[in-house]
Amino acid sequence: MSRRRQRLVWLGVGLGAVFAAGALVLSALDDSLTFFYGPADLVERPDAFSRRVRLGGLVEPGSLVREGAAVRFTVTDGQVSLPVTFSGVLPDLFREGQGVVAEGRLSQDGHFAAETVLAKHDENYMPREVAEVLKQNGEWRAAR
Amino acid sequence: MTVEAGHFALLLALAFALVQALALPVARLAARPGLAGVAPAAAAAQAVAMAVAMAALVHAFAGSDFSVRVVAENSHTAKPMLYKVAAAWGHHEGSLLLWATLLAAFGGVFALWRQGLPAATRLYTLAALGVVGVGVLAFVALASNPFDRLSPAPIEGRGLNPLLQDPGLAFHPPLLYVGSVGVSVAFALAVAALLRGNLGPGWARATRFWTLVAWIFLTVGIALGAAWAYAELGWGGWWFWDPVENSALLPWLSAAALLHALGGVERRGGAEAWAVILAILGFSFSLLGMFLVRSGVLTSVHAFAADPLRGVFILALFAAIAGGALVLFALRGGRLSRHVAFAPLSRDGARLLGTVLLIVAAGVVLFGTVYPLLAEALNLGRLSVGAPFFDATVLPLLAPVVALMAVGPLLRPGRDAARRIWPTFVAVAAVGLAAAGLSARWGGWAAAGFGLAAMLAAGCAAVLWAERRTLSRRRLGMVVAHLGLAVGLAGITGGSRLAAEGIAALPEGGALSVAGRDFVLASVIEVPGPNYLARRAEIVEAGGVVLRPEARLYETPRQATSEAAIVSSPWGDTYAVIGESDASGRWVVRMFVKPLLPWLWAGAVLMAAGGALALTARTAPSARRQP
Amino acid sequence: MTARRMILWLPLAALLLLLAVAGVRLSRPEAPLPSPLVGKPVPDFALPLLGGDGVLAAAALRGRPVVVNVFASWCVACAAEHPVWLAAAQEAEIVGIAWMDDPEKTRAWLAERGDPYRAVGVDRDSRAALDLGVTGAPETYVLAADGRIVFKFAGVVTPEIWRRRIRPLLGGGS
Repeated sequence: MSRRRQRLVWLGVGLGAVFAAGALVLSALDDSLTFFYGPADLVERPDAFSRRVRLGGLVEPGSLVREGAAVRFTVTDGQVSLPVTFSGVLPDLFREGQGVVAEGRLSQDGHFAAETVLAKHDENYMPREVAEVLKQNGEWRAAR
Repeated sequence: MTVEAGHFALLLALAFALVQALALPVARLAARPGLAGVAPAAAAAQAVAMAVAMAALVHAFAGSDFSVRVVAENSHTAKPMLYKVAAAWGHHEGSLLLWATLLAAFGGVFALWRQGLPAATRLYTLAALGVVGVGVLAFVALASNPFDRLSPAPIEGRGLNPLLQDPGLAFHPPLLYVGSVGVSVAFALAVAALLRGNLGPGWARATRFWTLVAWIFLTVGIALGAAWAYAELGWGGWWFWDPVENSALLPWLSAAALLHALGGVERRGGAEAWAVILAILGFSFSLLGMFLVRSGVLTSVHAFAADPLRGVFILALFAAIAGGALVLFALRGGRLSRHVAFAPLSRDGARLLGTVLLIVAAGVVLFGTVYPLLAEALNLGRLSVGAPFFDATVLPLLAPVVALMAVGPLLRPGRDAARRIWPTFVAVAAVGLAAAGLSARWGGWAAAGFGLAAMLAAGCAAVLWAERRTLSRRRLGMVVAHLGLAVGLAGITGGSRLAAEGIAALPEGGALSVAGRDFVLASVIEVPGPNYLARRAEIVEAGGVVLRPEARLYETPRQATSEAAIVSSPWGDTYAVIGESDASGRWVVRMFVKPLLPWLWAGAVLMAAGGALALTARTAPSARRQP
Repeated sequence: MTARRMILWLPLAALLLLLAVAGVRLSRPEAPLPSPLVGKPVPDFALPLLGGDGVLAAAALRGRPVVVNVFASWCVACAAEHPVWLAAAQEAEIVGIAWMDDPEKTRAWLAERGDPYRAVGVDRDSRAALDLGVTGAPETYVLAADGRIVFKFAGVVTPEIWRRRIRPLLGGGS
């Protein structure tokens, strides 16, 4: 095969792979993105009920209630408090008064049904979005 | 005093790095070639100085010297010694120091070991490594100094998080660092090739060696990290497409691509420019991962407090190093490749196609990882890109790679004839199709996963049979590594597509049925630990396994953790987590049944072992090497 | 420049794009929140009154501007905005909806902090909240005399928000 022809073949292969990847990305972007909101952002979203989202904020002190395998707690950003329900074992670093990220859907009666509650590896670490939401509301002081 | 000595050693290392970086350009400008010869000595001195600096920091942690800020913030006298030592790299400053130490160590070994490389290649490579070292060490010294003192010194440290006291968490980051720093040698060799205008003798062999070292450590580090998440987080998952995990996956994918591109370059030549750009991409991904993890621009469940200022510094470092190399590539890369004809249907053709697919998959992982940044820049809102995206995009791109791995090694280099190879291809594909057919009842993903795994295993067996008399150690390493992927893929597929889980609030004596197996919560007893109180459940399967998960309550700081119980057999894992009890005395029990999951760890071990076999193999006969 | 030479620049172009995106992210403050939904007529809810017989009905709120405040005793943020309502009660008609809350706890909470509400409707199971589209506490609505929602605010109402954005909507009547 001539040099030029060989180069064209591999250029075509590369472009084909890139286009295939682009098509996969575009088709996946629509329905597999998860938006992140604080409680105040979430309640402002007209489309909040239809989507799977991540909710971040502080677990309100004293709000944790266990009912069998289900737990209920309230997530706040200092502005809005949103009741959250979750079935499962909470991650180790889940604590009242600490930051939390819950993934799930807002149900029609106004509580957030979490499918997963995300753990953090470090107790000083605050998810960036949570920290920003809290900073805006003056509820946050830096860890150090 | 040790702390000051460490700080001094750090600054000294920065000076040595400057000498290493500038020796060659100064020698060229001053027209005194002899000057360039100081670079290897400077690299070795930098490695020694950094070892002293790292040892000083470890010493401060081991002795709980709380007058050092990072010790006060990250350690505690009540920690076991192992975790005091591990705490030295369990935070931003210390981990960066370790990163720089490893970089210096790679540079030192490269400087002292000739590897049959021409002096010019070695000097240019050392200069490139020196530039990287200056950047990283300046960052450590100026913006992340681990030797800062506190005055007055606190009497007790603040870092006593029981969850972080875990051997997996203490040791998988350093292993990952060895890998992500190791790709810097291939990067520097690529820059040297661009500066010199040709690869030169021994380039492909040396690049392959260092890339393989890095790839083995990346493989082990990623697998250990996944195993830690699986055993400790209690979600039954082991991979979450978290930005930090992706940051390790990107160099792993590009290093794998580079290894395969180098196979062709080393034996036949051709595609030199492609190998050079892959080497540049590998280390660029590694630096980008450092930026994503440490700047706090992306949300991750992993540690390191966010600090945008450090983000700016690392971004500048990344821009300078990756940007400089890519400008060089744009100007010079076109001159590197020689034309070597090979047919698409050949081992070289399959290998090249595989590298293209691997790097495109890496590009998609990169896109998904930084898409949240893009979305914010374009005002699309804050969002995260999770597993559904990566599953839908990366897996379809990697599936053909596995198929290529099954058939590619059976082809002859350069050119092969369809009529020679088609019976073997049909046999290999038939094995895959049969496995896919048998597993189709678990759904399309399971059929694809098991089908590809079986096809790859059949392909590996076919290579072993066809080359049973001529198989070199290096070739054997390749087959073992590929077989490792087949085994791991079966484990991934079984552990996700065949998995079942159940959750219930059980009184003592209550039963939970998962995947047709009945588990009874036999008892919950209190067991005192060294600094915690554990509630240990005994979960019994009639005629089967007994699991003893614990819920622990630590006193200082007051914190609950759960210890999952995992019983492994070759056929799968049974996994139990116990939560807290509710008012009526029922315990939350969560159980997973994960068929074949241990195969994943076995596969990772095989991959690393295959890499080690190929690493220690004698190189190809010199007659077939490029001059 | 030939097509071949341009390909060599592609990786650099991708890098610059990446740097631009990361740079924007590092340098820019947060995007503003989307604006609330207003302009719809208030849904027709009817709730039992806290502490007595009778009903708090949406229909009975027509004819003058009214502030409707959704609160709960479990909500820390509600306590934060409570002083604003205590002060505002002098100059506006404020109606409370106690959302997902035990009436006993609501009563105790109001007894401790003071009761600024002309009337409080008990909405334990989110019936009115569902109609109103309440998604968190506290949440505040301003109803015009014709019964349309003219303002909705999710979150803590500060004295500033009260002065600048709510009081002007209540007209010169009070």
